[in-house]
Amino acid sequence: MQSSTSLTAEQITRDLLPQKFGRRGKIWVAILVTLCLIGAFAYYRQLRYGLVVTHMRDYVSWGIYISNFVFFVAISLVGSLITAIFRLANVKWSTPLTRIAEIIALSAIVFASLIIIVDMGRPERFMNLFLHGRIQSPILWDVIVISTYFFISALLLYFPLLPDFKILLQFKEKTGKMLNRLYRFQGSFWKGTKDQFRISDRSINILCIVIIPVAFCIHTVTSWLFATTYRPGWDSTNFGAYFISGAFLVGAGGVVVAMYVFRRAYHLEKYITEMHFEKMGRMVVLLALLYLYFNVNEYLVPAFKMKKPEEEHLTQLFAGEYAPLFWFAILVGMLLPILILLFKKGRKPLPVFIAGVMVVIGAWFKRYLIVTPTLLHPLLPMQNVPDSFKHYFPSWEEWAIAMGSLAGALLIITLFARIYPIIPIHETITEKNEQNENK
Amino acid sequence: MTENNNKSRREFLLSGLLATAAVAGCTDKNNPFSTEENVALSGEKVKLLSVNGEVIEIDKAFLKPIPDLPHLSNSEERTGIPGKKFVMVIDLSRCKNLRKCQSACNHMHEVHPGQNWIKVLSMQDGEHTAPYWQPTTCMHCDEPPCVKVCPVDATFKREDGIVLIDANRCIGCRFCMAACPYSTRVFNWEEPVLTKEVEEQPYSCESSMPQKKGTVGKCDFCPDMTRQGKLPHCVSACPNGVFMFGDMNEDSVTNGAETFRFSDLIRDKAGYRLMEDLGTKPRVYYLPPVNRNFPYESGLENSDDKKVKS
Repeated sequence: MQSSTSLTAEQITRDLLPQKFGRRGKIWVAILVTLCLIGAFAYYRQLRYGLVVTHMRDYVSWGIYISNFVFFVAISLVGSLITAIFRLANVKWSTPLTRIAEIIALSAIVFASLIIIVDMGRPERFMNLFLHGRIQSPILWDVIVISTYFFISALLLYFPLLPDFKILLQFKEKTGKMLNRLYRFQGSFWKGTKDQFRISDRSINILCIVIIPVAFCIHTVTSWLFATTYRPGWDSTNFGAYFISGAFLVGAGGVVVAMYVFRRAYHLEKYITEMHFEKMGRMVVLLALLYLYFNVNEYLVPAFKMKKPEEEHLTQLFAGEYAPLFWFAILVGMLLPILILLFKKGRKPLPVFIAGVMVVIGAWFKRYLIVTPTLLHPLLPMQNVPDSFKHYFPSWEEWAIAMGSLAGALLIITLFARIYPIIPIHETITEKNEQNENK
Repeated sequence: MTENNNKSRREFLLSGLLATAAVAGCTDKNNPFSTEENVALSGEKVKLLSVNGEVIEIDKAFLKPIPDLPHLSNSEERTGIPGKKFVMVIDLSRCKNLRKCQSACNHMHEVHPGQNWIKVLSMQDGEHTAPYWQPTTCMHCDEPPCVKVCPVDATFKREDGIVLIDANRCIGCRFCMAACPYSTRVFNWEEPVLTKEVEEQPYSCESSMPQKKGTVGKCDFCPDMTRQGKLPHCVSACPNGVFMFGDMNEDSVTNGAETFRFSDLIRDKAGYRLMEDLGTKPRVYYLPPVNRNFPYESGLENSDDKKVKS
């Protein structure tokens, strides 16, 4: 806590108020909006001509839409890790990271739901899930837990914002009329009385406890979309734990990246300190080791037996068509980040950021490898089919929609940081006061 | 009524027979031969069998095609044909990869070009084991993995054993395609190519027609045919009698030319089902490729993948 102890409340407030976009910020937003628009155009084409515009066919019937969905659900788990698990474990240093983690979680879960609708052949029949829903189907479980997770995450984002609204409302000239009106609409009822704080604290505590099982559910159920089938590579009892460990890893990687970017963009060096990178770096190593452990289970145990249906699938991954991608995901998604972050020098902000980027990219391709190769190895042989059925590489529409959804998630995070303080002001001030009292 | 003109001669006579039966039940007051109808006699006589068993002769002009079977409600289509338990036996010793089953099925259901509901696979179980041809339909499992995972009850198991799809309800999530271990399901990736006639007919789960964009399709055991007392298209199209279709409650299966007692056939020829270990309990049984009618090689000329691979 080198320099930060001397900070006064006014200084903290001034530092953490939402700032207008600079030149770089504007370019960044423009790029994201363009990507979203290209994605929207691709989706218009898909609605018009059908899913034929994708390169999914009867054998590879799920493609990057589904792997992207799994990626989004995975990364959204981090909200529960940083906010809930750390809070319940009384980890104090994570306070400046909670809001970053929570907005990543929320935007990811929104786009997870959107991308699953994009994957549907008949999106206009979405309401059938409620009109004719069958509770036996894992898809319905997913609908239930994902919507629950969305609401809990939204509340966990909103409640800690309430004291900040009160502070924000005092800076009308700085924030502008529009935002002032928004803040007043969302938080003017907050007077900051003792009773209100008591209720808010209690609610946050309850939500933190509730969100942990729900978070485990969303990703376990997502893994069951695969594990409840008979297909080689999916038919695994390891899948729930394997998915969850991978989810915490990619989420922690995402937070590390966001920490670095926000710190640079908004000059938050006093708040997101080297200590935070050091600690998050350790977190990522731990989670990467855990995920590696589940990968060993997932691949080496079937590879030891080489049952006939698994054999072709595994050889394709280890040494066949998918080998480059497979080893890339293992190396870049797990091994290299572990190597970097094991050393103290590797846990400085920049190397941690690089390791975080590697984790996220590796994780995206890992999801692709979980979904697609399995579908190319059905239990009965694939014969007399057009060549396009035997391979899968996403069409431009699929790429555009997938990238558009990633850009959309980043856009939500970016705009959120423009409108609200990305580091909780009130909590930071209270913590500083507590520290000063203890001295 | 172009549709009715296309009906086969057999059907035409059958309908005439039913019309006569109706005539025989009429009283004088409600005489169908009354001048009201103003039937122009053609002078051509047709011999028919009355309900009393007498051969009668009437003018051909009185023969009227009766309309198709009454339209079934969705819940009737979901319940199935009462008292039936449909079953299929596929005799691998008779198959030479002619693929008449496939082309008849594709034609009758207007399956999208390039897709098939029936696949004839070239199988070889082990390195030194004999290759054989295996026609694969939907297995109509008693424990259907596809039905288990469907979130909206669009694919369902009927009391008569048939697994069907309601394309009016399907949301196109394709979970059933991932769940089916027999890879039997296909998806309408684009607007289906249909004849005008089919396009205009109302959708029925039993005929699976007209197919719809963005929904899943598969072999349906042709319940629209069985309702009329006819065999599924693949069964009647196969010149080698590979497919035998019937009712487990009656313990009989037929390929049109021969009829067997189902339990005897399965016992004597050691019938089996595909992937028994998965517990899906298929309703399609296979008879092993022993004492074959044709050598395996004779089927190769029809194969697109000339190279044999299992």
